Amino acid sequence: MNRSLLLPVCTLTVALFFGGKLTQLQLIDNFYSSLSQNNALIERAVYPERGFIYDRNGALLVANKPSYDLMVIPENVKAFDTLELTTLIDLRREVFQDRLNKARRYSKKLPSTVVSQLSEEAHAVLQEKIWKYEGFYLQKKTIRDYRKSIASNVLGYVSEVNNTDLKKDSYYRKGELIGRQGIEKYYEKYLRGIKGKEFLQKDKFNRVIGAYEGGSFDSPPIQARDITLTLDQTLQEYGERLLQNKRGGIVAIEPATGEILALVSAPSYDPAILVGRQRSENYRKLSLDTLAKPLYDRGLQAQYAPGSPFKVLNALIALQEKVVEPKTEFTCNQGHFYARGAFMQCHCPLQTKNDLTRAIYKSCNSYFAKTYKGIINAYGTPEEGIDRWKKHLQSFGLGNYLGYDLSVGQPGYIPDSDYYNRAYGKGGWKAPTIISNAIGQGEILTTPIQMANFAAAIANRGHYVKPHFMKSISEKSELGVFEKKQTTIDSTHFETVVDGMHKVVEYGTARIARIKGIEVCGKTGTVENFISLNGQKTQLTDHSMFIAFAPKENPQIALAVFVENGYWGARWAAPIASLMIEKYLKKEVKRKWLENRILNGSLLTEYEKPYSGKPFKINQ
Amino acid sequence: MKDSVFLRMDWVSLLLYLFLVGFGLVNIYSATYLEGAQSLMSLSTPFGKQLLFMGLSFLGGGFLLALRVKFFEQFSTPIYISAMLLLVGLFFFGKTISGARSWYAIGGFGLQPAEFAKMATALLLSKVISQFQTNLKSIRSLFKLAGIISLPALLIVLQPDPGSALVFGAFFFVLFREGLNYIFLIILSSALILFVLTLVFAIPVVISLVIILLSLLFYLFKRMRYNPPVLPFILSGIMATGFIFSVDFIFNEIFEQRHRDRFNIILGKEVDTQGVGYNINQSKIAIGSGGFQGKGFLKGTQTKGDFVPEQHTDYIFSIIGEEWGFLGSILVIGCFAALIIRILWQAEKQTNQFRRVFSYSVSSILFVHFLINIGMSLGLIPTIGIPLLLVSYGGSSLLATSLMFFIYLNMDANRLRDW
Repeated sequence: MNRSLLLPVCTLTVALFFGGKLTQLQLIDNFYSSLSQNNALIERAVYPERGFIYDRNGALLVANKPSYDLMVIPENVKAFDTLELTTLIDLRREVFQDRLNKARRYSKKLPSTVVSQLSEEAHAVLQEKIWKYEGFYLQKKTIRDYRKSIASNVLGYVSEVNNTDLKKDSYYRKGELIGRQGIEKYYEKYLRGIKGKEFLQKDKFNRVIGAYEGGSFDSPPIQARDITLTLDQTLQEYGERLLQNKRGGIVAIEPATGEILALVSAPSYDPAILVGRQRSENYRKLSLDTLAKPLYDRGLQAQYAPGSPFKVLNALIALQEKVVEPKTEFTCNQGHFYARGAFMQCHCPLQTKNDLTRAIYKSCNSYFAKTYKGIINAYGTPEEGIDRWKKHLQSFGLGNYLGYDLSVGQPGYIPDSDYYNRAYGKGGWKAPTIISNAIGQGEILTTPIQMANFAAAIANRGHYVKPHFMKSISEKSELGVFEKKQTTIDSTHFETVVDGMHKVVEYGTARIARIKGIEVCGKTGTVENFISLNGQKTQLTDHSMFIAFAPKENPQIALAVFVENGYWGARWAAPIASLMIEKYLKKEVKRKWLENRILNGSLLTEYEKPYSGKPFKINQ
Repeated sequence: MKDSVFLRMDWVSLLLYLFLVGFGLVNIYSATYLEGAQSLMSLSTPFGKQLLFMGLSFLGGGFLLALRVKFFEQFSTPIYISAMLLLVGLFFFGKTISGARSWYAIGGFGLQPAEFAKMATALLLSKVISQFQTNLKSIRSLFKLAGIISLPALLIVLQPDPGSALVFGAFFFVLFREGLNYIFLIILSSALILFVLTLVFAIPVVISLVIILLSLLFYLFKRMRYNPPVLPFILSGIMATGFIFSVDFIFNEIFEQRHRDRFNIILGKEVDTQGVGYNINQSKIAIGSGGFQGKGFLKGTQTKGDFVPEQHTDYIFSIIGEEWGFLGSILVIGCFAALIIRILWQAEKQTNQFRRVFSYSVSSILFVHFLINIGMSLGLIPTIGIPLLLVSYGGSSLLATSLMFFIYLNMDANRLRDW
């Protein structure tokens, strides 16, 4: 016998054997695919309990509670006492008939929901009488149970699948639940688990008489996974309280890991109102509020001009491009002329000499205008200068989606040479044309999470980890490594800027943010903003803005806070950030006077001004 | 250009290879497809990662094509040593996933040294066999070769990843082809048969079977007027009995319940569609529901419903069965078998022993994965988690297999050259 034949013969034999088995499975034995068409069987879904959601310290945020749906399989329905049933489930006869017709149109064989989430009483009574109604049955489901009324913007909500979902994903059947927003949506596949199937044997009266073949063809549900978020429940709750009666957002990140400690958007809503039968009505109310926009996540979706905090980035870029050194001084005369007849105001007294650190903590407009001019003119043409500037900013995660694990967000905007060439024509613009960018006004747009992220990058002295909400998933076996992203600024340049930011809090614009025993670094911002009111561009009170991180060495938390129309940065944003830092690092807030001022402060009258129909004043 | 390696290359194998990798990618896309999720081209999705590794494989493969064959022979020892060091390093720096320390975590990627160890072992084995002092009839040589094969297998068992270690059994075919005594083939196949029989039937039944068979053989030999000594028959009988008892002991005392369950399900001794039998049952349902033509690309309901776990890795065949039906499944099986046989065919043409043995090893490794993986998906073999080479998701596996394949291509293209 030839030795060389062993393996080829084995291969052919195995291939033929496989072919045979496939013939049996796919061509002859159609048993597996006929299971669902068998008349004596009904197929029922078995749902795993939706996964729990915990905060970073293991506190339970979202759990489940039981709920029952009344289901119907139209082809099995026989004549029944409609009146009795409609009274039991408290539904008008026409509505009931309408739903039955709808179910029939959807499918005669597949189950549809008649009433979802029956009340406790209705369920108790119906349970006893369900045998009277052929074709109807009760299906147990679990619905969400929110343990704390916080973080609705992060958690999202769950609702019934709609027709679009059904078309998109054949996993879902009518009446099932799907994660709609936030974590519930993003991690739907983990949180929902995988529903199972059970085949039940029916007798000739269409009554279920037990499992088919001892349940050997059933597929049991696969357990859902529990999710642990990076959020800190205490901090999140505190942040939401601080922002009550204001509009704005807080984003807090742990710089070393990119874990998002708190994401507050105000105004918000109690997640529990989007559960149960009142869900759609409540949702309608929330979505119709187009002024306060409670469904709009200001921390992730709101794009603002960043204002003065942006100066620290320009400082870093200038150092990297060797436009200035830490010791470089510029003189400020209550501002300066950046082009003929064009004056940029500054609050510095006449003949003030600022070096870089001082310029940061005094927030000197002139200094940064000159610096920015230097950056733009550092390379032959302004085109090249601005494009290099943009590259640096992109390395901080600006101008594009950050890629965190929620499905809402905005890219922000960083202008480049193409943009200005389009706006002014090629060669039609120079550094002075775009000087507003120097102080974070102009065409730049950032979202609060982007600002918190660059604060984290500064806290880390040159890198950031992609911000994220997911700390761990139970039983997850894949590699969960979050990318570390290096910025284009050498780490040596950071100390000067960090020092400047520290002095902002020690001697500068944000002395109110000082905390005994913690070295806080920050930068205030006061951002001009406009809306279109009755077709006219109208200026509103400035937005109050603050970025911060603390402690200065080995930072544990980095934040961005902004309060819409809160006027200057130190009025609202800086104290809120400071309280958040104190709460997170010291667990207890000692400065009760400040806490009370913020908690009791309200900007509601400010927000009503433009819509009152009367002339109004801004920046009061 | 007449002399170009592209003209001499084994295009049949290359096309089969490209088809399998491409088709695998299509099915990975389908298995992990999620409506409305982030772009599949992203490196954080299995599809994106696999695409990246496909690119790397082509790049690395192209590079290997340009090398001289002598290079592989000269460097086989250092390559083997580095692979072993990587395996040892796992115990210190490895990342534990699903209970096994089989991975190095590099950025968002995982590197599985066991995949590369196969190629390294094949190289060194080929070199040692082709040395003139190696003689497969001598005990000394056999021990040396067994050592080369079992060192990586042992390190992999300790991770523990017994499935991947089992693949090293492929080298049996290589040794046999190069002249291993027939007695080994007889022992191995009888052991395999006895193993299965012992699990299916009671011990006394199996022992009686052995005695009847041996007596029958003895009688036959006698009838053929060939007077055999009685002793070897008695000895084999005793050895077989010992083996039967130890199988029973190992199965009942040393195996864990989960291992026992896997065998019992395949043997039909246990009906369990919920716990351990879940994967196999779901895989069979998915394949069975595919029918003749399959449900079509991205249309598999079992797949969409995520009923089959690990579908883009170990159970990739079940999605092929569901979405491409009998036609698609037969095509994949046919292409795989064709690739194995084609490489064997070409290997036999090699006059240089090093190259022949290596090519043979490539084919044997492909065969073992083919047998175990598809056998498992069809419910013919107990659950052993190894991928279907080239088709399944897995960067390390794809890269290592591709490199091995391109070395084969190189050797084959330069069959008539001495370098």
